[in-house]
Amino acid sequence: MSTLASLAAETSTSSGEAAQFWVLGPIALLGGLGTVLMRRAVYSALCLAGTMVILALFYLANGAYFLGMVQIVVYTGAVMMLFLFVLMLVGVSSTDSLKETLKGQRWLAAGCALGLGLLLVAGIGQASTGSFTGLAQANSEGNVQGLASLLFTRYVVAFEVTGVLLTIAAVGATLMTHRERLERAKSQREQAEARVRENKHVPPLPAPGVYARHNAVDLPGLLPDGTPSELTVNPTLRARGQVREVHQEALAAVRALEQRTNRHHGRAEAPGEPGGNGGAHGANGANGVNGKGVGAGSAADDEGAVTDAEEARK
Amino acid sequence: MSPENYLYLSALLFTLGAAGVLLRRNAIVVFMCVELMLNAANLALVTFSRMHGNLDGQILAFFVMVVAAAEVVVGLAIIVTVYRSRHSASVDDASLMKL
Repeated sequence: MSTLASLAAETSTSSGEAAQFWVLGPIALLGGLGTVLMRRAVYSALCLAGTMVILALFYLANGAYFLGMVQIVVYTGAVMMLFLFVLMLVGVSSTDSLKETLKGQRWLAAGCALGLGLLLVAGIGQASTGSFTGLAQANSEGNVQGLASLLFTRYVVAFEVTGVLLTIAAVGATLMTHRERLERAKSQREQAEARVRENKHVPPLPAPGVYARHNAVDLPGLLPDGTPSELTVNPTLRARGQVREVHQEALAAVRALEQRTNRHHGRAEAPGEPGGNGGAHGANGANGVNGKGVGAGSAADDEGAVTDAEEARK
Repeated sequence: MSPENYLYLSALLFTLGAAGVLLRRNAIVVFMCVELMLNAANLALVTFSRMHGNLDGQILAFFVMVVAAAEVVVGLAIIVTVYRSRHSASVDDASLMKL
Protein backbone atom coordinates (compact mmCIF):
# COMPACT_ATOMS: atom_id res chain seq x y z
CA MET A 1 0.00 0.00 0.00
CA SER A 2 2.80 2.41 0.90
CA THR A 3 4.71 1.54 -2.27
CA LEU A 4 1.59 2.16 -4.34
CA ALA A 5 1.05 5.48 -2.61
CA SER A 6 4.63 6.55 -3.22
CA LEU A 7 4.29 5.59 -6.86
CA ALA A 8 1.15 7.67 -7.11
CA ALA A 9 3.16 10.67 -5.92
CA GLU A 10 5.27 10.70 -9.07
CA THR A 11 4.48 12.78 -12.10
CA SER A 12 3.85 9.76 -14.30
CA THR A 13 2.16 6.54 -13.32
CA SER A 14 4.12 3.32 -13.14
CA SER A 15 4.38 1.15 -16.19
CA GLY A 16 2.46 -1.54 -14.29
CA GLU A 17 -0.47 0.79 -13.86
CA ALA A 18 -0.23 1.82 -17.51
CA ALA A 19 -0.37 -1.84 -18.53
CA GLN A 20 -3.36 -2.34 -16.25
CA PHE A 21 -5.10 0.63 -17.80
CA TRP A 22 -4.48 -0.37 -21.38
CA VAL A 23 -5.60 -3.94 -20.76
CA LEU A 24 -8.62 -3.26 -18.56
CA GLY A 25 -9.73 0.05 -20.09
CA PRO A 26 -10.82 -1.45 -23.43
CA ILE A 27 -12.57 -4.27 -21.56
CA ALA A 28 -14.48 -1.69 -19.51
CA LEU A 29 -15.44 0.09 -22.71
CA LEU A 30 -16.57 -3.22 -24.24
CA GLY A 31 -18.68 -3.83 -21.15
CA GLY A 32 -20.25 -0.41 -21.54
CA LEU A 33 -20.93 -1.10 -25.21
CA GLY A 34 -22.47 -4.43 -24.28
CA THR A 35 -24.71 -2.73 -21.73
CA VAL A 36 -26.03 -0.41 -24.42
CA LEU A 37 -26.22 -2.82 -27.34
CA MET A 38 -27.25 -6.22 -25.92
CA ARG A 39 -30.84 -7.07 -26.76
CA ARG A 40 -31.45 -9.17 -23.65
CA ALA A 41 -31.61 -7.15 -20.44
CA VAL A 42 -29.81 -9.87 -18.47
CA TYR A 43 -26.78 -9.69 -20.75
CA SER A 44 -26.80 -5.92 -20.33
CA ALA A 45 -26.79 -6.35 -16.55
CA LEU A 46 -23.88 -8.78 -16.66
CA CYS A 47 -21.86 -6.49 -18.95
CA LEU A 48 -22.50 -3.61 -16.56
CA ALA A 49 -21.38 -5.73 -13.60
CA GLY A 50 -18.12 -6.50 -15.41
CA THR A 51 -17.54 -2.82 -16.14
CA MET A 52 -18.16 -2.00 -12.49
CA VAL A 53 -15.62 -4.55 -11.28
CA ILE A 54 -13.01 -3.07 -13.65
CA LEU A 55 -13.84 0.42 -12.38
CA ALA A 56 -13.26 -0.87 -8.85
CA LEU A 57 -9.77 -1.98 -9.93
CA PHE A 58 -9.17 1.50 -11.37
CA TYR A 59 -10.24 3.05 -8.05
CA LEU A 60 -7.71 0.83 -6.27
CA ALA A 61 -5.01 1.87 -8.73
CA ASN A 62 -5.90 5.51 -8.12
CA GLY A 63 -5.33 5.15 -4.38
CA ALA A 64 -9.03 5.06 -3.47
CA TYR A 65 -8.80 1.77 -1.58
CA PHE A 66 -11.98 2.25 0.43
CA LEU A 67 -14.04 3.27 -2.61
CA GLY A 68 -12.69 0.33 -4.61
CA MET A 69 -13.93 -2.10 -2.00
CA VAL A 70 -17.24 -0.25 -1.62
CA GLN A 71 -17.66 -0.32 -5.39
CA ILE A 72 -17.36 -4.10 -5.44
CA VAL A 73 -19.51 -4.72 -2.37
CA VAL A 74 -22.22 -2.13 -2.95
CA TYR A 75 -22.39 -1.80 -6.71
CA THR A 76 -21.58 -5.22 -8.10
CA GLY A 77 -22.78 -6.98 -4.96
CA ALA A 78 -25.96 -5.19 -3.98
CA VAL A 79 -27.12 -2.84 -6.73
CA MET A 80 -26.58 -5.20 -9.66
CA MET A 81 -28.19 -8.07 -7.77
CA LEU A 82 -31.18 -5.83 -7.11
CA PHE A 83 -31.32 -5.15 -10.84
CA LEU A 84 -31.24 -8.87 -11.55
CA PHE A 85 -34.00 -9.51 -9.01
CA VAL A 86 -36.24 -6.96 -10.70
CA LEU A 87 -35.34 -8.42 -14.10
CA MET A 88 -36.49 -11.82 -12.89
CA LEU A 89 -39.68 -10.22 -11.57
CA VAL A 90 -40.42 -8.39 -14.80
CA GLY A 91 -39.45 -11.30 -17.04
CA VAL A 92 -36.01 -12.38 -18.14
CA SER A 93 -36.99 -13.07 -21.71
CA SER A 94 -38.20 -9.54 -22.34
CA THR A 95 -36.35 -7.98 -25.25
CA ASP A 96 -36.55 -4.48 -26.62
CA SER A 97 -38.83 -3.92 -29.54
CA LEU A 98 -37.05 -2.69 -32.63
CA LYS A 99 -40.01 -0.60 -33.72
CA GLU A 100 -39.23 3.10 -33.72
CA THR A 101 -41.98 5.19 -32.19
CA LEU A 102 -40.34 8.46 -33.21
CA LYS A 103 -39.02 8.54 -36.73
CA GLY A 104 -35.26 8.95 -36.92
CA GLN A 105 -34.94 9.10 -33.13
CA ARG A 106 -32.28 6.41 -33.09
CA TRP A 107 -29.93 8.21 -35.48
CA LEU A 108 -30.54 11.52 -33.78
CA ALA A 109 -29.76 9.97 -30.39
CA ALA A 110 -26.58 8.36 -31.71
CA GLY A 111 -25.53 11.69 -33.22
CA CYS A 112 -26.19 13.52 -29.95
CA ALA A 113 -24.17 10.93 -28.01
CA LEU A 114 -21.30 11.24 -30.47
CA GLY A 115 -21.37 15.02 -30.12
CA LEU A 116 -21.39 14.78 -26.34
CA GLY A 117 -18.46 12.37 -26.40
CA LEU A 118 -16.46 14.65 -28.71
CA LEU A 119 -17.20 17.66 -26.52
CA LEU A 120 -16.17 15.85 -23.34
CA VAL A 121 -12.95 14.48 -24.82
CA ALA A 122 -12.07 17.85 -26.34
CA GLY A 123 -12.77 19.57 -23.03
CA ILE A 124 -10.50 17.19 -21.13
CA GLY A 125 -7.81 17.68 -23.79
CA GLN A 126 -8.07 21.45 -23.38
CA ALA A 127 -7.86 21.27 -19.61
CA SER A 128 -4.77 19.05 -19.58
CA THR A 129 -2.44 19.89 -16.73
CA GLY A 130 0.47 17.57 -17.41
CA SER A 131 1.44 17.00 -13.79
CA PHE A 132 -0.48 15.65 -10.83
CA THR A 133 0.01 15.68 -7.09
CA GLY A 134 -0.78 12.11 -6.15
CA LEU A 135 -2.30 10.87 -2.91
CA ALA A 136 0.89 9.94 -1.03
CA GLN A 137 0.42 12.68 1.54
CA ALA A 138 -3.38 12.47 1.77
CA ASN A 139 -3.22 8.71 2.23
CA SER A 140 -0.28 8.81 4.64
CA GLU A 141 -2.43 7.93 7.65
CA GLY A 142 -4.35 5.39 5.62
CA ASN A 143 -7.09 5.96 3.09
CA VAL A 144 -9.98 5.02 5.38
CA GLN A 145 -8.71 7.20 8.22
CA GLY A 146 -8.27 10.14 5.88
CA LEU A 147 -11.79 9.71 4.46
CA ALA A 148 -13.27 9.34 7.93
CA SER A 149 -11.60 12.50 9.27
CA LEU A 150 -13.05 14.45 6.34
CA LEU A 151 -16.44 12.77 6.45
CA PHE A 152 -17.03 13.43 10.13
CA THR A 153 -15.77 17.01 10.17
CA ARG A 154 -16.27 19.00 7.00
CA TYR A 155 -18.92 16.80 5.42
CA VAL A 156 -20.81 15.73 8.52
CA VAL A 157 -24.03 17.54 7.55
CA ALA A 158 -24.05 15.93 4.10
CA PHE A 159 -23.38 12.61 5.79
CA GLU A 160 -26.41 13.00 8.07
CA VAL A 161 -28.60 14.11 5.19
CA THR A 162 -27.66 11.08 3.09
CA GLY A 163 -28.57 8.91 6.08
CA VAL A 164 -32.04 10.48 6.12
CA LEU A 165 -32.22 10.06 2.34
CA LEU A 166 -31.46 6.34 2.60
CA THR A 167 -34.16 5.88 5.25
CA ILE A 168 -36.71 7.74 3.12
CA ALA A 169 -35.74 5.67 0.07
CA ALA A 170 -36.18 2.40 1.95
CA VAL A 171 -39.59 3.45 3.35
CA GLY A 172 -40.67 4.82 -0.04
CA ALA A 173 -39.74 1.66 -1.91
CA THR A 174 -41.61 -0.45 0.64
CA LEU A 175 -44.67 1.77 0.35
CA MET A 176 -44.59 1.78 -3.43
CA THR A 177 -44.28 -1.96 -3.95
CA HIS A 178 -46.62 -2.90 -1.13
CA ARG A 179 -50.08 -3.84 -2.34
CA GLU A 180 -53.02 -3.55 -0.03
CA ARG A 181 -55.48 -6.43 -0.43
CA LEU A 182 -58.82 -4.82 -1.21
CA GLU A 183 -60.99 -7.76 -0.22
CA ARG A 184 -60.54 -10.81 1.94
CA ALA A 185 -59.19 -13.91 0.21
CA LYS A 186 -61.93 -16.48 -0.38
CA SER A 187 -61.75 -19.60 1.71
CA GLN A 188 -61.99 -23.04 0.15
CA ARG A 189 -65.53 -23.51 1.43
CA GLU A 190 -66.65 -20.21 -0.07
CA GLN A 191 -65.07 -21.11 -3.39
CA ALA A 192 -66.87 -24.47 -3.41
CA GLU A 193 -70.19 -22.82 -2.58
CA ALA A 194 -69.71 -20.28 -5.34
CA ARG A 195 -69.04 -23.10 -7.82
CA VAL A 196 -72.25 -24.84 -6.83
CA ARG A 197 -74.21 -21.59 -7.06
CA GLU A 198 -72.93 -20.93 -10.57
CA ASN A 199 -73.41 -24.60 -11.46
CA LYS A 200 -70.09 -24.59 -13.28
CA HIS A 201 -67.54 -27.35 -12.71
CA VAL A 202 -69.32 -28.70 -9.71
CA PRO A 203 -67.36 -31.98 -9.71
CA PRO A 204 -63.56 -31.82 -9.56
CA LEU A 205 -61.80 -30.75 -12.74
CA PRO A 206 -60.91 -33.56 -15.15
CA ALA A 207 -57.54 -35.17 -14.70
CA PRO A 208 -54.65 -34.64 -17.11
CA GLY A 209 -52.97 -37.35 -19.15
CA VAL A 210 -53.96 -39.64 -21.97
CA TYR A 211 -54.04 -43.41 -21.93
CA ALA A 212 -52.07 -45.24 -19.34
CA ARG A 213 -48.75 -44.14 -20.79
CA HIS A 214 -48.94 -40.44 -20.04
CA ASN A 215 -50.37 -39.20 -16.80
CA ALA A 216 -48.02 -36.24 -16.40
CA VAL A 217 -49.71 -33.03 -15.29
CA ASP A 218 -48.38 -31.12 -18.29
CA LEU A 219 -50.17 -33.35 -20.79
CA PRO A 220 -53.77 -32.43 -21.54
CA GLY A 221 -56.40 -35.15 -21.39
CA LEU A 222 -58.12 -35.96 -24.67
CA LEU A 223 -61.78 -35.53 -25.44
CA PRO A 224 -63.51 -38.40 -27.26
CA ASP A 225 -62.87 -36.75 -30.61
CA GLY A 226 -59.12 -36.63 -29.94
CA THR A 227 -58.83 -32.91 -29.22
CA PRO A 228 -57.00 -31.93 -26.05
CA SER A 229 -59.20 -30.63 -23.24
CA GLU A 230 -58.29 -27.21 -21.90
CA LEU A 231 -59.71 -27.97 -18.48
CA THR A 232 -57.33 -30.79 -17.70
CA VAL A 233 -54.13 -28.77 -17.39
CA ASN A 234 -53.30 -26.24 -14.76
CA PRO A 235 -53.73 -22.68 -16.11
CA THR A 236 -50.33 -21.77 -14.61
CA LEU A 237 -48.61 -24.35 -16.80
CA ARG A 238 -50.44 -23.05 -19.85
CA ALA A 239 -49.46 -19.47 -19.04
CA ARG A 240 -45.83 -20.54 -18.82
CA GLY A 241 -46.11 -22.37 -22.13
CA GLN A 242 -45.14 -25.65 -20.53
CA VAL A 243 -48.09 -27.69 -21.73
CA ARG A 244 -47.04 -30.60 -23.89
CA GLU A 245 -49.02 -31.28 -27.00
CA VAL A 246 -50.65 -34.57 -27.80
CA HIS A 247 -50.09 -34.98 -31.47
CA GLN A 248 -51.69 -37.48 -33.73
CA GLU A 249 -48.27 -39.15 -33.89
CA ALA A 250 -48.51 -39.90 -30.19
CA LEU A 251 -51.87 -41.57 -30.73
CA ALA A 252 -50.40 -43.58 -33.57
CA ALA A 253 -47.54 -44.63 -31.33
CA VAL A 254 -49.98 -45.83 -28.69
CA ARG A 255 -51.85 -47.72 -31.35
CA ALA A 256 -48.65 -49.42 -32.55
CA LEU A 257 -47.78 -50.34 -28.99
CA GLU A 258 -51.14 -51.97 -28.50
CA GLN A 259 -50.68 -53.99 -31.67
CA ARG A 260 -47.29 -55.17 -30.50
CA THR A 261 -48.74 -56.11 -27.13
CA ASN A 262 -51.53 -58.03 -28.79
CA ARG A 263 -49.06 -59.85 -30.98
CA HIS A 264 -46.95 -60.69 -27.98
CA HIS A 265 -49.94 -62.15 -26.17
CA GLY A 266 -50.96 -64.07 -29.26
CA ARG A 267 -54.23 -62.21 -29.65
CA ALA A 268 -54.55 -61.88 -33.39
CA GLU A 269 -56.86 -58.95 -33.83
CA ALA A 270 -57.38 -56.71 -36.80
CA PRO A 271 -56.28 -53.12 -36.22
CA GLY A 272 -59.14 -50.77 -35.59
CA GLU A 273 -61.40 -53.52 -34.31
CA PRO A 274 -63.28 -52.44 -31.22
CA GLY A 275 -61.97 -55.45 -29.32
CA GLY A 276 -58.39 -54.53 -30.07
CA ASN A 277 -59.06 -51.08 -28.86
CA GLY A 278 -60.43 -52.34 -25.60
CA GLY A 279 -57.08 -52.60 -23.88
CA ALA A 280 -56.30 -48.99 -24.56
CA HIS A 281 -59.78 -48.09 -23.64
CA GLY A 282 -59.66 -49.63 -20.26
CA ALA A 283 -56.48 -47.76 -19.58
CA ASN A 284 -58.05 -44.59 -20.85
CA GLY A 285 -61.00 -44.96 -18.58
CA ALA A 286 -58.78 -45.71 -15.63
CA ASN A 287 -56.87 -42.59 -16.39
CA GLY A 288 -59.84 -40.40 -15.97
CA VAL A 289 -61.68 -39.89 -19.22
CA ASN A 290 -64.84 -40.79 -17.38
CA GLY A 291 -63.99 -38.31 -14.72
CA LYS A 292 -63.43 -35.55 -17.21
CA GLY A 293 -67.02 -34.47 -17.17
CA VAL A 294 -67.14 -34.88 -20.90
CA GLY A 295 -70.52 -36.42 -20.65
CA ALA A 296 -69.96 -38.83 -23.49
CA GLY A 297 -71.21 -42.35 -23.07
CA SER A 298 -68.73 -45.16 -23.25
CA ALA A 299 -70.08 -46.18 -26.67
CA ALA A 300 -69.49 -42.74 -28.11
CA ASP A 301 -66.14 -42.77 -26.45
CA ASP A 302 -65.28 -46.04 -28.13
CA GLU A 303 -66.29 -44.75 -31.52
CA GLY A 304 -64.30 -41.56 -31.15
CA ALA A 305 -61.18 -43.44 -30.20
CA VAL A 306 -61.53 -45.82 -33.12
CA THR A 307 -61.96 -43.10 -35.73
CA ASP A 308 -59.09 -41.32 -34.11
CA ALA A 309 -56.79 -44.27 -34.44
CA GLU A 310 -57.80 -44.69 -38.04
CA GLU A 311 -57.06 -41.11 -38.79
CA ALA A 312 -53.71 -41.51 -37.18
CA ARG A 313 -52.90 -44.45 -39.37
CA LYS A 314 -53.65 -42.40 -42.47
CA MET B 1 0.86 7.26 -18.77
CA SER B 2 -0.81 10.29 -17.30
CA PRO B 3 -3.87 9.86 -15.03
CA GLU B 4 -5.72 11.98 -17.58
CA ASN B 5 -6.35 8.76 -19.48
CA TYR B 6 -8.76 7.80 -16.72
CA LEU B 7 -10.66 11.00 -17.47
CA TYR B 8 -10.87 10.08 -21.16
CA LEU B 9 -12.13 6.61 -20.24
CA SER B 10 -14.65 8.19 -17.89
CA ALA B 11 -15.85 10.54 -20.64
CA LEU B 12 -16.28 7.61 -23.04
CA LEU B 13 -18.19 5.55 -20.49
CA PHE B 14 -20.40 8.55 -19.71
CA THR B 15 -21.12 8.97 -23.42
CA LEU B 16 -22.00 5.29 -23.75
CA GLY B 17 -24.39 5.60 -20.81
CA ALA B 18 -26.03 8.71 -22.29
CA ALA B 19 -26.40 6.97 -25.65
CA GLY B 20 -28.00 3.99 -23.91
CA VAL B 21 -30.49 6.21 -22.10
CA LEU B 22 -31.50 7.74 -25.42
CA LEU B 23 -31.53 4.52 -27.45
CA ARG B 24 -33.01 1.83 -25.24
CA ARG B 25 -36.71 1.26 -24.55
CA ASN B 26 -36.61 -1.17 -21.66
CA ALA B 27 -36.88 0.89 -18.47
CA ILE B 28 -34.50 -1.38 -16.59
CA VAL B 29 -31.81 -1.10 -19.26
CA VAL B 30 -32.29 2.68 -19.32
CA PHE B 31 -31.78 2.64 -15.58
CA MET B 32 -28.63 0.54 -15.91
CA CYS B 33 -27.27 3.07 -18.40
CA VAL B 34 -27.90 5.82 -15.81
CA GLU B 35 -25.85 3.74 -13.38
CA LEU B 36 -23.09 3.53 -15.98
CA MET B 37 -23.07 7.33 -16.22
CA LEU B 38 -22.88 7.64 -12.43
CA ASN B 39 -19.97 5.20 -12.34
CA ALA B 40 -18.16 7.15 -15.06
CA ALA B 41 -18.59 10.33 -13.02
CA ASN B 42 -17.22 8.50 -9.98
CA LEU B 43 -14.12 7.46 -11.91
CA ALA B 44 -13.57 11.08 -12.90
CA LEU B 45 -14.00 12.20 -9.27
CA VAL B 46 -11.51 9.62 -8.00
CA THR B 47 -9.01 10.69 -10.67
CA PHE B 48 -9.49 14.36 -9.74
CA SER B 49 -8.84 13.44 -6.14
CA ARG B 50 -5.53 11.90 -7.15
CA MET B 51 -4.58 14.82 -9.37
CA HIS B 52 -5.20 17.39 -6.65
CA GLY B 53 -3.74 15.32 -3.86
CA ASN B 54 -6.69 15.56 -1.46
CA LEU B 55 -9.52 13.23 -0.56
CA ASP B 56 -12.47 15.54 -1.25
CA GLY B 57 -13.08 13.96 -4.63
CA GLN B 58 -13.28 10.54 -3.05
CA ILE B 59 -15.75 11.84 -0.46
CA LEU B 60 -17.88 13.20 -3.28
CA ALA B 61 -17.70 9.85 -5.10
CA PHE B 62 -18.74 8.18 -1.86
CA PHE B 63 -21.82 10.40 -1.62
CA VAL B 64 -22.63 9.71 -5.26
CA MET B 65 -22.58 5.99 -4.44
CA VAL B 66 -24.93 6.45 -1.47
CA VAL B 67 -27.36 8.57 -3.45
CA ALA B 68 -27.16 6.12 -6.37
CA ALA B 69 -28.08 3.27 -4.02
CA ALA B 70 -31.13 5.19 -2.78
CA GLU B 71 -32.02 6.08 -6.36
CA VAL B 72 -31.78 2.45 -7.47
CA VAL B 73 -34.12 1.35 -4.69
CA VAL B 74 -36.78 3.95 -5.51
CA GLY B 75 -36.37 3.67 -9.28
CA LEU B 76 -36.72 -0.10 -9.31
CA ALA B 77 -39.77 0.17 -7.05
CA ILE B 78 -41.31 2.55 -9.59
CA ILE B 79 -40.49 0.17 -12.44
CA VAL B 80 -42.09 -2.74 -10.56
CA THR B 81 -45.20 -0.66 -9.86
CA VAL B 82 -45.51 0.45 -13.49
CA TYR B 83 -44.97 -3.14 -14.62
CA ARG B 84 -47.76 -4.30 -12.34
CA SER B 85 -50.28 -1.89 -13.76
CA ARG B 86 -49.24 -2.09 -17.43
CA HIS B 87 -47.55 -5.50 -17.73
CA SER B 88 -44.72 -3.88 -19.63
CA ALA B 89 -41.36 -2.41 -18.73
CA SER B 90 -41.08 -0.40 -21.93
CA VAL B 91 -40.71 3.34 -21.50
CA ASP B 92 -42.89 3.89 -24.59
CA ASP B 93 -45.90 2.26 -23.01
CA ALA B 94 -45.87 4.51 -19.97
CA SER B 95 -46.44 7.61 -22.04
CA LEU B 96 -49.45 8.77 -20.07
CA MET B 97 -49.62 9.63 -16.41
CA LYS B 98 -52.97 7.88 -16.09
CA LEU B 99 -54.01 4.31 -16.66
